[in-house]
Amino acid sequence: MSFTGILSIALGAILVENFILVQFLGICPFMGVSRKMDTALGMGIAVIFVMALASIFCYLVNLILVPLHLEFLQTLAFVLIIASLVQFVEMFLQKAIPSLYEALGIYLPLITTNCAVLGVVLLNVQKNYSFIESVVYGITGGIGFLVAIVLFASVRERLEFAEYPKAFEGFPIALVSAGLIALAFMGFSGLRVW
Amino acid sequence: MNVKEQLKEGLVTKNPVLVQLLGMCSVLAITTSLFNGIGMGICVTVILTCCNVVISLLRKVIPQKIRIAAYVVIIAGFVTIVDLCVQAFLPALSESLGVFIPLIVVNCIILGRAEAFASRNTVGVSALDGIFQGVGYTLVLIAMCIIRELLGAGTFGAGLLNGGDGIRIFPAEYGAMLMIMPFGGFLTLGFLIALMQHFLRRGKEKAEEKERSVK
Repeated sequence: MSFTGILSIALGAILVENFILVQFLGICPFMGVSRKMDTALGMGIAVIFVMALASIFCYLVNLILVPLHLEFLQTLAFVLIIASLVQFVEMFLQKAIPSLYEALGIYLPLITTNCAVLGVVLLNVQKNYSFIESVVYGITGGIGFLVAIVLFASVRERLEFAEYPKAFEGFPIALVSAGLIALAFMGFSGLRVW
Repeated sequence: MNVKEQLKEGLVTKNPVLVQLLGMCSVLAITTSLFNGIGMGICVTVILTCCNVVISLLRKVIPQKIRIAAYVVIIAGFVTIVDLCVQAFLPALSESLGVFIPLIVVNCIILGRAEAFASRNTVGVSALDGIFQGVGYTLVLIAMCIIRELLGAGTFGAGLLNGGDGIRIFPAEYGAMLMIMPFGGFLTLGFLIALMQHFLRRGKEKAEEKERSVK
């Protein structure tokens, strides 16, 4: 396990294969929570946290499932882990850091249905990542989510003053601008660490 | 509610993707060829119908407080069944859809219909709702696939027709590769939703005008 290996996983997850803009994972919260900068930031941080924890726990559970030949239960087990993890994080934050808990509000429970979180653990299994690689992929995948959603929120705040055809009001114009950001991210494709 | 009305809701007025804006991830990610689109559409329709039936049967048994967890387990069960079937019988589809088949678990269409429809209605109506919403989703997928594939690669029905090569409409070198890239997905869906909003608004305005002239 080399340092460059980890670095290339990190670079891939944040820029080259950004979860939202290149792999299309987690579009729902990306569209739903990006109207304002501060909520986007809160959601991004919560997602990093949950994705890191989910990678750790799902890796451990997968260690139990594989020797028992229960791989077909992976999806079910991972969903349950993520759901209970989100619940746990919610209770923990409520007790330990109430200010952060209130700032995140309803976005915390919503993370359960964020496909980026389930996506990262499934990809960890598919790519046969080791424990450290899985955790790095989880954290940097979350950072990629944060980068994309914050960029998109700042674009969207300006969209309110833009003029466009009436039919594009609301969602369509947001999708088109997300497409333009995706176009910008295409510039990172082929970026590698030697 | 009669069947015809339900059909219209699923396909047009409450189309899961274009109007309710659910299940975006899969719509954007896998609509690069007609084969993927139809395969994914059938998978989601089957899972949605089965989940709707089971959840509607259990709607009086599941306690209110843990209903989401219960729904997720039911959905994950059906997704696993479909995933294994696809892997066994259609390995090519399983390969090209990849991680997006297990990800149907967190597709908001299924949880959304469970919460908004199946948990409040009888079995028959819920099953119909599952089928119609699934077909509405599939139609959007097919539309996206046709547009993106045609503009991006210049073919129609790759993986399905003409021995897997698809029917060539124009030479590949004139295709805009961008439409196959993520950018094309966002753009196509944006325009489709805009079109839908345009027609829905025009329909509403016409109905209002009619009302006014009657008065």
